[in-house]
Amino acid sequence: MLQKRIPLLIVFITGIVMAVQYFVPHPVSQHIYDTSLKWDRAVASMAYILAIVSFLRFHTRRLKDKKYALYSTVSLVAFFTMVLVGFVLGTDERSLFQDIYKNMMVPLQATTFSLLAFFMSSAAYRAFRIRGLEATILMITAFVIIFGTTTIGNYVPYMNDIVEWIMAVPNLASKRGILIGVGLGVVATSIKIILGIERNWVGG
Amino acid sequence: MSFNAVLMVLFLSPPRVFSPDGTGKKLTVQISLPKEVQVQITSLQLVRECKTGEIDTLDILPFLKAYTDNDLNYKVEYRYKILAFSNGNLIHESEWSDFAKPKAEWFDTSKLPLFIVMILFTVIIIFYIFQARANKRLFLRPIAGLEAVNEAVGRATEMGRPIIFISGLSTISDIATIAALNILSHIAKRAGQFETRIIVPCYDPVVYTIAREMVKEAYTTIGRPDLFNGDDIYFATDSQFGYAAHVAARMVREKSATNFFMGYYFAESLILSETGASTGAIQVAGTDSVAQLPFFVVTCDYTLIGEELYAASAYLSRDPLLTGTIKGQDLAKLLLTVVIFGLSILSLFGVNLTLGLF
Repeated sequence: MLQKRIPLLIVFITGIVMAVQYFVPHPVSQHIYDTSLKWDRAVASMAYILAIVSFLRFHTRRLKDKKYALYSTVSLVAFFTMVLVGFVLGTDERSLFQDIYKNMMVPLQATTFSLLAFFMSSAAYRAFRIRGLEATILMITAFVIIFGTTTIGNYVPYMNDIVEWIMAVPNLASKRGILIGVGLGVVATSIKIILGIERNWVGG
Repeated sequence: MSFNAVLMVLFLSPPRVFSPDGTGKKLTVQISLPKEVQVQITSLQLVRECKTGEIDTLDILPFLKAYTDNDLNYKVEYRYKILAFSNGNLIHESEWSDFAKPKAEWFDTSKLPLFIVMILFTVIIIFYIFQARANKRLFLRPIAGLEAVNEAVGRATEMGRPIIFISGLSTISDIATIAALNILSHIAKRAGQFETRIIVPCYDPVVYTIAREMVKEAYTTIGRPDLFNGDDIYFATDSQFGYAAHVAARMVREKSATNFFMGYYFAESLILSETGASTGAIQVAGTDSVAQLPFFVVTCDYTLIGEELYAASAYLSRDPLLTGTIKGQDLAKLLLTVVIFGLSILSLFGVNLTLGLF
């Protein structure tokens, strides 16, 4: 029982302190905030150790499985190469570590990112299939926006104004509606956790 | 007027010094120089003297009307004087200002409206929690995406395939991530009851450690700690697209029956959900990332929009105390809608009142 009560008490006290801290500009309050950020970084650095252990355990176990062995070998070789190169040769701007990052990691990330173009096409196809009134409105609106933002659209009278209106009025209004709900949801969730009503994180 | 006359040093009134806020770290120095001096200035210096006798010189931009000196000590008094130069020659030196201390306050009055709203909202929520405690039945409207959670877990059980749960790509300081982890706890309990495997690849190290403990606790709560497999809740990578590639690959290779995308997402959302859709998995998403919502709506079977993500935990558990907070949230939303509507009507008649809230 104590195992659950102590974390709940810590969350209650720190939650209240941090909520009050937001309204207090005094340097003492700022000091509390800065210290909590330092603690956060310290906890995160410890979590990294656990995460690396998890990463290594996950991939070493999969080495035994023929289906995944190749992928896990690549992951482990890449991990140890970067660790070794970083520790032995350093990580400054002109180091091998940075060269590997710039010439391998960055292009690989860009490649994955560029896949979005294809995924967008297939997602758009699915969205624009006319199945009902909502899908029809969606398709017409999307067509107007796409057409209006192209070069040809600039030559059509009032097209720019229509695009601007769609983006600034219905689009922005719905976005703000969602954001107001999100804001209240965030506060409600925080209150639930601070008061210990939401306690899934300690096992319910 | 000769050039030498212009270069003659002018001694003028001291600058005005004041605290711009209550942080106890700042002092603003107002720079007002005569017009004939202003046109000649090529560089400006501010001389700061502490009451302890320590003197510092600060180079500031010559066209500034005010300069805010940062990182000061609220227990120390400071005074300032201005030095104006023209091509390296001193042409103006002000007198010393009076000694001033940076003001350190215990309440930021500019945040008073926010404070009142926060207190009001908290009171409303606590009121509904007490209502729920008094066993008053509270109605919650059905949310399709949350009704589908149990169905999605059941489908994975029937097909004998795993569930993949992703808690977003944000850190634990993001409330959306906490909401996602609360949902994970419910899903893990349900999956445990059906003995269905749940895979949780994590993006953030802190989220990984918490997710692992939550799933472990969930299995223990339902009396099946033996079902917990530490290898299924693991840290994948903290590279955004590396993570997207890893999860997409797992979806394809494991042929997961159900995918849950909860929490906060960035550009990788479509890569994840479209890959999941192509494998034929039933997909439930929940995010407060407005920019990524359209992608999830298109590619997922059910999407929890914005606040529904935060309501999910209460909805799934049906815990009266938790549902009480949802009722409080709804009332607060109603009040806010009335305020926005009322102020909008007033603004149509030219009365612009924002009450300091917006």
